[in-house]
Amino acid sequence: MSTTTTDRSAASAGGNGEDKDGRTDGRGGGRAGERILRSSPLRKLLTRPELGSVVGAIAVFVFFALAADGFLRASSLSTVLYASSVIGIMAVPVALLMIGGEFDLSAGVTVTSSALVSSMFSYQMTANVWVGIGVSLLVTLVIGAFNGYLLTRTGLPSFIVTLGTFLMLTGMNLGLTKLIGGTVSTRTIADMEGFPSARAVFASTLTVGGVDFKVTILWWLGLVALASWILLRTRTGNWIFAVGGNKDAARAVGVPVARTKTGLYMGVALGAWISGQHLLFSFDAVQSGEGVGNELIYIIAAVIGGCLITGGHGSAIGSAVGALLFGMTSKGIVFAEWNPDWFKFFLGAMLLLATLLNTWVRRRAEAAK
Amino acid sequence: MTRTEARTALVELSGVSKHYGTVRALEGVSLEVRAGEITCVLGDNGAGKSTLIKIIAGLHRHDDGVLRVEGEETRLTSPRDALDRGIATVYQDLAVVGLMPVWRNFFLGSEPRRGTGPLKRLDVGLMRRTARAELLRMGIDLRDVDQPIGTLSGGERQCVAIARAVHFGAKVLVLDEPTAALGVKQSGVVLKYVAAARDQGLGVVLITHNPHHAYLVGDRFVLLKRGTMAGSHTRDGITLDELTRQMAGGDELDDLRHELRET
Repeated sequence: MSTTTTDRSAASAGGNGEDKDGRTDGRGGGRAGERILRSSPLRKLLTRPELGSVVGAIAVFVFFALAADGFLRASSLSTVLYASSVIGIMAVPVALLMIGGEFDLSAGVTVTSSALVSSMFSYQMTANVWVGIGVSLLVTLVIGAFNGYLLTRTGLPSFIVTLGTFLMLTGMNLGLTKLIGGTVSTRTIADMEGFPSARAVFASTLTVGGVDFKVTILWWLGLVALASWILLRTRTGNWIFAVGGNKDAARAVGVPVARTKTGLYMGVALGAWISGQHLLFSFDAVQSGEGVGNELIYIIAAVIGGCLITGGHGSAIGSAVGALLFGMTSKGIVFAEWNPDWFKFFLGAMLLLATLLNTWVRRRAEAAK
Repeated sequence: MTRTEARTALVELSGVSKHYGTVRALEGVSLEVRAGEITCVLGDNGAGKSTLIKIIAGLHRHDDGVLRVEGEETRLTSPRDALDRGIATVYQDLAVVGLMPVWRNFFLGSEPRRGTGPLKRLDVGLMRRTARAELLRMGIDLRDVDQPIGTLSGGERQCVAIARAVHFGAKVLVLDEPTAALGVKQSGVVLKYVAAARDQGLGVVLITHNPHHAYLVGDRFVLLKRGTMAGSHTRDGITLDELTRQMAGGDELDDLRHELRET
C-alpha cells in the first residue's frame, strides 16, 4: 500500500521537480512537490543550533589573533586545543543530557571520583593500573545509573537530584580518600605495573609536524563524532530529542523515557571516566578536592554551543565550539599577558552574548518560514 | 497490509470500572469498536472520557469488568502493549514533539533502520519519503518535512498524528478531542481525515463533547456522565436533536428551563 503511493508521488514530483531547487539540500529524499517552497540553504543554516557559537568563536579567534602576539603560533593553538579538549570531553555528554532535558551538577566531581577510584584501587590492591581503570569505569557508570535511577523513579527535578549527588560525592571524595590513605591526595602510582601504557592512552603527547598535541584532543574529536552520529542518525538520537522536547508525547508513542534518560546519565559518567583517567595519568596522584565548579563550565559550553536549556534542541558540534571558545578565552588572556582574573568576566559575557544571539537567530529563522 | 473485512469487534469493553483511591472515575462502562466504524464517546468535562481513553491506550489498567481486544480478554500493561495490539491513540495536546522535524515525529517510537551492528542507523531517506507520501495521501501537502512540527497549525498536527497511526497499521484509532481546540474549517478538515481512516477499515474511537461533530461521522454513540454510562445508541437509534439534548444535560436541562422561567 505504502509503496504504490510512494511511487506515485515520486513520479508526479519528478516531472516538475527539476525547475525548483528541490535537490539543493543534498541530504537525499527531499523532492519538490506541486507547491513546495524549499527553504533556502541560508535559512537552513540559520536554524542550526551551533550557529551563534560559531560566529562567536570566529570573533574571539580574530580578536586574540590581533590582541595576543603569540596566539597564532602552532604551539599556542595546540595549548588552546588541549584546554578546550579537557572541557570538551565532558561538554559532549553534558550537551546530550541537556538535549534530553536534564542537568547533571555532579559531573565535575564525578571526574575526580573516577580518578580517585582508579588510583586507590590499584594502589591498595597492588594491582596492575588497568584493573583500577576497569573498576573505575564500573563505579563511575554506577554513579551515572544512580543519578538516572533517582531521577526517573522519584520524578524530582534533575537540578535537585544531581545537586544531592554532587554534595554527596564531594564529601565522599574527601572523606574516603582521607580514611583510606590518610591524606587528601592519593599516593603516587607511577611505579606500578601498566602505568606507562595507561599514560599513553589517556595523557600522552603526539608530535605532528613538529608540534606537540595532547591525546585528549583525539578523545574529544572522537566523542564529538560519535555523539553527532548518535544524535542525528540513530534511533537513540531521535529518542534523546523527543524525551527532551516533550517527555509525555515521547512516552505515549512508545519511547522508553526512563531508559533513555538513564542512558544519558551513564553517557556523562563515561565522559567523566575518560576525563578522570586523564586527570590521574597526567600526573600520578589525584587531589581529592578537585572538580568542584567544573560542572558549570560543561553546562556553559553546551549552552554557548546552542543547547536549549529546557531541552529538545542542540548539537554535539555546538558543545565542541563552546568548549573551543572556553579554551581560546582562557589561554588567549594568558598569551595577551592580561590579568587572568578577568577570565570569568569574559566567560560570563560570552555566555550571555551567545545565548542572546542563539535566541535571536532562532526567532528570525522561525518567523521567516 | 491485510485488512479484516469481517466486522468483528476490534475492542470491546463490558462493565469496565476504574477507581482512583476512593474516587470512582469510571463505573460499568461498555462499548464496542468495529472495523470501518466510528464509535463516538460523548461527555461533559469530568465525565470520565480521559479515564476511558487511558484504559484503551494502556496508560491505566481497569479495576473491574472485561476488556477484549479482537475477542481476547486482556489487560493492557503499557502504551507499547496497546500499540503492539494495533491500538493507536492520538492525544489532544501531546501527540507530537514540537521542536522536532515532521519526518522525525512521524516515525517517533517506530523508527525504520538499516545496516547492522554498530552501523545500524535510521533510514533517513525512507523516513523523509514515506512521511511526505503518507501525508500527501491524506491530502496534506507540506512545504517541507524538515520543518519543526510546532510550526504547523493545530489541525495539520492532528492530521500528521492520524496519518502516522494509519501508516503504522493501527487497527483501532483512539482520538482524544481532535477538534476541541480548532476553528470550524480546521475541524472539518480533521473530521475528513477521521472519515478517511474509517474508510480504510480502521475502527475509530472519537472522544468529543461536540454532538454535531460526532453525528457527522459517528456510527455508535456512547454518552458518559459522571463516570457512568448515560446512554448507548447506534446511528439508527438516535437523532442529532436527541443527541444534542442529552449532551446538553437532557432532563436536567428541561428542569433548569422550568426553573429559569418561574423566576
